Amino acid sequence: MIVGHRLLALIVKEFLALFRDKKSRIAVIAPPILQLLIFSYAATFDLEHAALAVYNEDSGSFSRDLISRFERSPAFEVVAHLRSEAEIKPLVDRKDALLVLHVGRQCSANVAQGDGCPVQVVIDGRNSNTAMLALNYVRSIMTDFNEEYIEQTTGIRLPARLAIQAWFNPNLESGWFIIPGIVALLAMVVTLVVTALSVAREREAGTFDQLLVTPLRPWEIVIGKAMPGLIIGVGEASCIMAVAVFWFRVPLAGSLVTLYPALIIYVLATIGVGLMISSFSHTLQQALLGSFLFIVPAVTLSGFSTPIANMPDCMQALTYLNPMRYFLIIVRRVFLEGAGVEYFWHELWPMSLIAVATLALATWLFRYRMY
Amino acid sequence: MKPGPLLRLKGMIRKEWLQVIRDPSSIAIAFLLPLLLLFIFGYGVSLDAKNIRVGLVIEQPDSASLSFVGGFEQSPYFAPVILPSIQEAENELRASTISGIVWLRHNFATDYLRNESPPIGVLINGVDANTARLIEGYVQGIWFGWLEQQAERAGKPLRSPVQLEQRIWFNPQVRSTDFLVPGILAMIMTLIGSLLTALVIAREWERGTMESLLVTRISVNEILVGKLIPYFLLGMGGLLLSLVMAHTLFQVPMRGSLWLLLVISALFLWVALGMGFFISTIFKSQFVAAMVALVTAFLPAFILSGFIFDIRSMPIIIQGVTHLIAARYYVAILHTLFLVGDVWSVILPNAAALVAMGLFFHGLVYRKTRKRLE
Repeated sequence: MIVGHRLLALIVKEFLALFRDKKSRIAVIAPPILQLLIFSYAATFDLEHAALAVYNEDSGSFSRDLISRFERSPAFEVVAHLRSEAEIKPLVDRKDALLVLHVGRQCSANVAQGDGCPVQVVIDGRNSNTAMLALNYVRSIMTDFNEEYIEQTTGIRLPARLAIQAWFNPNLESGWFIIPGIVALLAMVVTLVVTALSVAREREAGTFDQLLVTPLRPWEIVIGKAMPGLIIGVGEASCIMAVAVFWFRVPLAGSLVTLYPALIIYVLATIGVGLMISSFSHTLQQALLGSFLFIVPAVTLSGFSTPIANMPDCMQALTYLNPMRYFLIIVRRVFLEGAGVEYFWHELWPMSLIAVATLALATWLFRYRMY
Repeated sequence: MKPGPLLRLKGMIRKEWLQVIRDPSSIAIAFLLPLLLLFIFGYGVSLDAKNIRVGLVIEQPDSASLSFVGGFEQSPYFAPVILPSIQEAENELRASTISGIVWLRHNFATDYLRNESPPIGVLINGVDANTARLIEGYVQGIWFGWLEQQAERAGKPLRSPVQLEQRIWFNPQVRSTDFLVPGILAMIMTLIGSLLTALVIAREWERGTMESLLVTRISVNEILVGKLIPYFLLGMGGLLLSLVMAHTLFQVPMRGSLWLLLVISALFLWVALGMGFFISTIFKSQFVAAMVALVTAFLPAFILSGFIFDIRSMPIIIQGVTHLIAARYYVAILHTLFLVGDVWSVILPNAAALVAMGLFFHGLVYRKTRKRLE
């Protein structure tokens, strides 16, 4: 009974410490919301209205047909028609055009004779990902064009055709991939910063020593310090999920009953890391640095923006230690695939293991490093 | 004898410098973080999908379908696995052990020979839209290559009228390292310039030592300059380290002039420092200043600068917002200097924007700090 009271008092104190000051209240609540909005709109790998310049030396109808395909594609927007080859370089250098389509002089005539017409595409490779995407769009427009042209002129149907279908995200919207990921990202950042800084702040102010001489035991201090992180982390994740579903219209195919236990385990694992960081740091600056040293690799090596499968093997092996890796898979699968526990059991148990390990280690560190 | 202004400034710089080197975490922010960032982004981030696991379901193997499958086995993009039935393949797709399925139905061979244009079923896990789109493109490529090969074998070659000749300028191998590593410099400079500085100065306000400084004979100018110089040196040190790594470890080309890069980097660092100063002067609490610096300086430098996500793909409103982010201008110059060369039509307008932002922040800091004194 007494233990419960003591603990409750400590938890209340922790919340007051965090929320008493108006500025720090705003600092905890406003950033995630801002980040969510900016991230959701800005973090896109889709290509829309990419600036395309056309240098067409040919005057026939064939090249006109081809170019009109590009004009009609929502991925591209024709920004300039060039008259000479010399115009290409300055245009691309200045970034006024992402790509230039160059059709040679004899194009239509060659095609009429049954030959091929080489079409040169110059792409600005400064952003390698955009360049790859643009190239992919160009390829697919040209393949479609070729296919139709062959069918129309020769009357031969192609002997086989592709019927492509994407599961879970039929229109391949990258927002559906990024936004559930933001739930995992922000839950981690907020929880970690709140937890890691809470102890460091007390240490810097010297009040942590006072806490240590109270009858509170180390594990009680750990629980008291963990509670604000848990409630804020889970709370903000819930807000973000609501915004994702109601504002961004990301489908929630699965059930929240399967998602919440996973979310709580994830937040607990993060709290463990945060408490470990704060037990090592003596100042706020050190705690912040520690959080950074964890967050940056954890986010980068989680599959949040780039797939884990693309990483070199040693980096892939490292990702198994990262709680965010597991939760990202879970949250995306619950949202888009409607997966039940049986489909993410292989993510759930390693994440739980990490949570137990980090919390146990943090409690141990609190005992032995808190002087 | 009154000590001259130069002596006062020297004392101020010395004090700041001691403060920097006494806390190992400042040195760590300047030198450890750059290393970490470069390693992780240089090695860990790649959008170039390779060895994608796809399940192949061939219900009735024959020569045509086997040669189609051969295309997948030879492709560097795919690591195909043969699966006995579509049910099993769908289960694997649901369990995410494969990213896509290529399905040739049992009547594929006969319909193909009868020229009835049978469909080749392609199911892709669309959760990761970017990868899904890449898979789509690769499958299309294999399919068309196979059609051409089949037509050739039958003695009536398919003549594709348009032949694509691709030229990817500045980065012909489309290495994402060449694109990411220059951008990391902007992250590092933002971390040192804005985050570290905001923290340190907020600490002085929090502890009241800033007020004690203000009542000494040192002028506001001298305080600002004295605080600026140590962090400026720290930032430039981090930059040099990163440049050496970019060159030796990642072999990123450097096509522009190094001096220009250093000048522009110094300019950006000055802006970032101004922003860090400004945040700490307004908020005066380490915790709040750190959060604000994270949200207004670091995250935008990460997301809105063109470092990973292309600004040109963002909605117009967000594109407008990016103009308020100093890192945007620096990243544009960095990409151009590293990969293209000294293109003045890119460098000058962006540098001018940096100068304007720097003057704005430093001016505000000067006014805010002076007001305190009165």
